[in-house]
Amino acid sequence: MKAKTLMLAATALVALAGCSKKRPEMLPPAPGVAPTVGDANAGYGDQGNGAATPGSNADFVRSVQSNTINFGLDQYDIDPTARAILDSQVEWLTRYPNVSVTVEGHCDERGTREYNLALGDRRANAAKNYLVARGLDASRIRTISYGKERPVALGSDEGSWAQNRRAVTVVLDR
Amino acid sequence: MTKAALLLAPALFLIGGSALAQTPPPAPPAAAQPQDGAGGLVVDVEGGVSAPMPIAIPTMPTAAVVETAAGTTDVLGRQLSDIIANDLRNSGLFTPIPPAQLRTVSVPEVTAPAFDYWSGTGAQSLVQGYVRANGDGTLTVGCYLYDVTARTELTRQGFVVPPAEWRRAGHKCADSIYARLTGEGPYFDSRVIYVSETGPKAHRIKRLAIMDQDGANHRFLTNGQSIVLTPRFAPNQQSIVYMSYLGNRPSIYVYDIGSGKQRLVVQNASLTFAPRFSPDGRYILFSMAQNGNTDIYRVSSQGGAPQRLTDSPGIDTGGSYSPDGSRIVFESDRSGGQQIYVMNADGSNQHRISFGGGRYATPVWSPRGDLIAFTRIAGSFRIGTMSPSGGGEKLLTNQWQDEGPSWSPNGRVITFYRSGRGSSGKADLWMVDLTGRVERKIPTPLDGSDPAWGPLRP
Repeated sequence: MKAKTLMLAATALVALAGCSKKRPEMLPPAPGVAPTVGDANAGYGDQGNGAATPGSNADFVRSVQSNTINFGLDQYDIDPTARAILDSQVEWLTRYPNVSVTVEGHCDERGTREYNLALGDRRANAAKNYLVARGLDASRIRTISYGKERPVALGSDEGSWAQNRRAVTVVLDR
Repeated sequence: MTKAALLLAPALFLIGGSALAQTPPPAPPAAAQPQDGAGGLVVDVEGGVSAPMPIAIPTMPTAAVVETAAGTTDVLGRQLSDIIANDLRNSGLFTPIPPAQLRTVSVPEVTAPAFDYWSGTGAQSLVQGYVRANGDGTLTVGCYLYDVTARTELTRQGFVVPPAEWRRAGHKCADSIYARLTGEGPYFDSRVIYVSETGPKAHRIKRLAIMDQDGANHRFLTNGQSIVLTPRFAPNQQSIVYMSYLGNRPSIYVYDIGSGKQRLVVQNASLTFAPRFSPDGRYILFSMAQNGNTDIYRVSSQGGAPQRLTDSPGIDTGGSYSPDGSRIVFESDRSGGQQIYVMNADGSNQHRISFGGGRYATPVWSPRGDLIAFTRIAGSFRIGTMSPSGGGEKLLTNQWQDEGPSWSPNGRVITFYRSGRGSSGKADLWMVDLTGRVERKIPTPLDGSDPAWGPLRP
């Protein structure tokens, strides 16, 4: 799996015609290019198959209350519901100390693009800070902000916006 | 160049080369009319109710039909007239008379208009010109503007273009007419860079694309594998600074248009975004988020260590330089919600300039220096302008979601993107003029967002 992902990354690199020679140094660990990026709910597809590999993202999604916490409009505080979800994530992550995660911060469409990138970063870091305060090693947790680029709910209504204001914890499958 | 100089000493401008102001004049010289450049025919760009000026732009004749790399000179004459008519129509200030209603013009007539005929068409002004293929493979396009009522010549210019840049001769001609009749700076010979969008809303494919201001010569610069956002031109127009999720590391890059190569601007940062060049091109202003806090920095456009300009605990982003480079307008939520602030280029004297209801975002300084364009968020997103001291706020658009203004080179028109609601809601590029009355969608092959208007081309 790892080799395949690496090959994908290498192909992507070549396909981007005219890359600078520095590009390879900037490449992150290969799993970052995996299809789960920005689409963490894809993991739900494994539910019910009963065959999730222990320590995998599919296993994580099955085991925790949720991989996603939500926020109020223009807010980034961790409310009691979010705390309970993150606590369940901490419990699982404590069982798999070699697993690393990315916390994705997302926003609804009612903020401007650049502001939302900053707000998504706030949300991802709020979740990360909570996980670290609960004893996880900060070096296991990377954050990334998608601003309003990757909504999960497509409507332009309060319900959709509430779903899109979120931080999603994604296990980096190896 | 003064208007008088244009009238008395027509010059030949070389486009796509290194120099301009060639001699001889573009056509057999006609007697230059002694005229006060400020008098005569004027288009009112600020006024309230003036109707667009009727203007006649007959097909440009050619003395000899020659095949060139851009096409035959007679067809080019028709296409150039169309380009000029489209530019002037799109400004909202002119109504070109349909060419089918106009007579055919001969080459000698270009410098000696049949005013009796033209005054019968209802046109107040007349644009004539010609196309000539030169022995060295270039094209010469002559461009003459007449006041039909006063029966006088207002400007004349000639442009020498390589075949690949033949459309620019039309834009340059339209620019000279627009500038002469409005007193405003030119803007038609310019390009727009933007983000082309396609695919479902949850997973939009985004590619950098560049095109002429009228949508022609469209080309994609990136292939859509990574999310790309907020491209902006370097002042010399040879490179672009933008943000990419390349390798899942959202960062700002400088992309060289000629070579297609790019480089990371700031190494080892978690999230860099909202980039914009300084007016002299020496610096890139950008935002960097660290542990949930976003501040504004500047870095040499060659790279190196960034210098921090803001240090508020809130989100400071969206910086844009004043045209003289001495000040920066930006947005900050340090007061609780997004508002617009101005500071000196070194970060000193930060002060808030927006105080209306709702939130204010994406401030951009006009190239004329007189206005700040912004997005106002109060239920909907609207494009507006205010003075650099915060006065005279004016909202120009009124739809559900208009965002991300960028100024035309002359500071008279703003491009932005407009998003629709819901799962089928798409984004498109639009333009609006400073009166708010002339609003127009820019045609693009796919959907579009984050437009940035480049400077006038050299």
